[in-house]
Amino acid sequence: MKHLLAGAAIALMSLTGAVAAEEYPERPVMMVVSYGAGGATDFQARIVTMTAGNEDALGMPIAILNKPGAGGRVGWNWFATQADADGYTLAAYNVPHFIAQSIKGGVQYSTDSFEPIANWGADPAVFVVAADSPFNSMQDVVNHAKENPGKLTFSGAGLFVGHHIAALQIEKAAGVRMAYIPTKGGGAAAMKAVIAGEVLGGVNNLSDAFRAREAGNVKILGVADLERSDFLPDVPTMMEQGLDVDNASVNFRGVMVPKGTPQEVIDKLAATVPEMFKNSRVASKMQAGGSPMLVMNREEVQAMWAKRQETLQALLAGL
Amino acid sequence: MEFIYYFGDVFSPLSFMLLLGGTIGGLILGATPGLSPTMAVALLIPFTFQLEATQGLILLGAAYTSTVAGGAVSAILLKIPGAPANIATTLDGHTMAKQGHGAKALQLSFLSSAVGGIFGVLLLIFLTPVLADWALAFGPSHLFWMAILGVTVIGSLDSASVVKGLLSGCIGLWLSTIGFDDIMGAQRFIFHPSLGGGINIIAALIGLFAIPQVLTMFAKGRNSGAAEVIAVQKHSVLDAMRELIRRPRALTIGTVTGSIIGLIPGVGGQIAGLVAYDQTKKFSPESEKFGKGHSEGVIAAESANNAMVGPSLVPLLTLSIPGSPTAAVLLGGLLIHGIFPGSDLFDNHPEVAWTFINSMLIGQILMCLFGLYIAGFAARVAQVPQSVMAAVVLALSVFGAYSVQSSMGDVYVMACLGIMMFFFERYGFSAAPLVLGLILGPIAEANFIQGSMIANATDGLTTYFLGGALNKLLIIIVLASIAYSAWMELRPRRLQAPADKTEART
Repeated sequence: MKHLLAGAAIALMSLTGAVAAEEYPERPVMMVVSYGAGGATDFQARIVTMTAGNEDALGMPIAILNKPGAGGRVGWNWFATQADADGYTLAAYNVPHFIAQSIKGGVQYSTDSFEPIANWGADPAVFVVAADSPFNSMQDVVNHAKENPGKLTFSGAGLFVGHHIAALQIEKAAGVRMAYIPTKGGGAAAMKAVIAGEVLGGVNNLSDAFRAREAGNVKILGVADLERSDFLPDVPTMMEQGLDVDNASVNFRGVMVPKGTPQEVIDKLAATVPEMFKNSRVASKMQAGGSPMLVMNREEVQAMWAKRQETLQALLAGL
Repeated sequence: MEFIYYFGDVFSPLSFMLLLGGTIGGLILGATPGLSPTMAVALLIPFTFQLEATQGLILLGAAYTSTVAGGAVSAILLKIPGAPANIATTLDGHTMAKQGHGAKALQLSFLSSAVGGIFGVLLLIFLTPVLADWALAFGPSHLFWMAILGVTVIGSLDSASVVKGLLSGCIGLWLSTIGFDDIMGAQRFIFHPSLGGGINIIAALIGLFAIPQVLTMFAKGRNSGAAEVIAVQKHSVLDAMRELIRRPRALTIGTVTGSIIGLIPGVGGQIAGLVAYDQTKKFSPESEKFGKGHSEGVIAAESANNAMVGPSLVPLLTLSIPGSPTAAVLLGGLLIHGIFPGSDLFDNHPEVAWTFINSMLIGQILMCLFGLYIAGFAARVAQVPQSVMAAVVLALSVFGAYSVQSSMGDVYVMACLGIMMFFFERYGFSAAPLVLGLILGPIAEANFIQGSMIANATDGLTTYFLGGALNKLLIIIVLASIAYSAWMELRPRRLQAPADKTEART
């Protein structure tokens, strides 16, 4: 019945499409965040949507709804199977997380279940060690790992998330085996393990690592991205240090809608949302919070998703 | 003593208005079932976009403090714990309210909240650097033993017998495994899509505590004899203060336990109240009175859960690591103004740091005053006829469970657990140990898996989990706790068996 209604609604929408898109949105829009309140994704989602109510943006506010659990699987499962595809339910995506999870299996979504709208941020993974660690470069880490195979412990926020992807890439590029310790409770718990000396190193978000370094708690040894970050101009990339690690682990955050959302609504969102992200108030708040921004339009995100799907399939094939 | 210098900032007109508004609003939000302190603070973050950093933080700090205390209102009057922190408050507090002593229970809870809370904030002010090292000392193996220590408490907590308590605890531990496992992503016992995220703790709390009560009230309503009206006794604030002073043991144990446990990242807030309640009961000569409306129970639980507020912010303010979900939300509130917790905060923005901490101190006092003011009116809730009360509690329960993450799934979970608990209670099982199992299960499991992964890569399981001074200390406390429970269980059978029989006859 629900499908029938949805089908009828879509038919009606396509008939009156032009008019509907003209009027959309008529009421406040909801955006699902698959992580808890206070996390990096939630925090950034609240900032980038804060100007949605402006006349030059959507003209209607966007309300954030947190559906946390199982590294994002709960929220995205809900979004893929239960959310109405009418443009009034958006979701935040985290790449590579949801793509890696869909390749690994056990979830009800894949890149085909969603339509990207726009990207707002790109948070690369970085390798951190405690401030008093003997390691001063990735080379030191690799050397230690070669002498002690499988014994170099390093933390990250769970399996099949950006941190884990970066960990796999580093191990593969250096040809060493290390002990990746996934923590529960996200990047904060993984960072605590590094600072407290429970593990020898860790992969973490650039934004969180930047803050921890400001507080004098960690050293940042390398950035898993194609270029150095504006926040950390002194930290070399993995490539510069001879490790063949590309940007596959960079945590891209953006907005998507469920498959089946009327094309007119997608077009309207794809035209407005990137402009909304470029608002100067948004940019200054993101800058203040140490969150790197990267605004991409719908076509660019589609290309990025497709490329990530390929890389991750190859990387995760052996696991 | 730097903090005294910044007291003036708290009393500027706008700041004080925000503090007052945050406190009163926080009490109301905290008293609303389903709105946990974390969510209340998250709801307020958008308002701070428009404010200056200091003022925004005053609002958030005041709201955090008073939502934790506000949870006691629904816990005492309606038997709906607003958050895990208030579970222990329901045990004696609600019984007191049913006996007509609701006003006394509320007054005691606000007074002891204020004492615990102020102590906690003072710790934060004076001992932060020392405490920061202490918070970091707890690694996966220690947290695992902490959780096991919690499990040993289960047997003795609010149950007719240790065996039934342990059984309820086991059911709780099993329920906590439902859903995607957080580390490996394995699916466990997901019979229905709404279980994918596991059992939401707030929805479970509401279901386990409130629903059996609603069913009992409806069941009673059928025979007219049960429609008795409870005479709500007035209780003066001075008497409550005297009562509090007469019970220094409960207040001290509550405050100290709350402060210590509050420090431990990821564990503190949820179990501080329950552990303090259990400790007080064990050390009390009147331990048999607990669970039957004993004021020590309320004092211990409430002083502990507010004492935890200050220390729980230590890892955030010094190391920039949020130790609890609420601290994570507060971190967002700081970042949005470009302020990084850690040395940057105290060195470059001392006015922000100290005004925030001071506002929590003043907030505790305001919270207490306002709480005492409403206690008298609020206690009259107990006079409401049972049938009306049952309907109101049911409506609030559904609203509360739904509002956690706007999901009907949580409402179904709440209803199922509640109905299950109604039948369990008839056979002498109780909700508190079950909830404790539900809270401790994930902590024990995640830390064991993580610890064993580190151990396998380094010096092996035995050295990792059994070596080290802190591990050994915790293991000794665990063993002592088990031995004590066993002794308490065996002793009265021999000594007090005849006394029990005569009591039963009267």
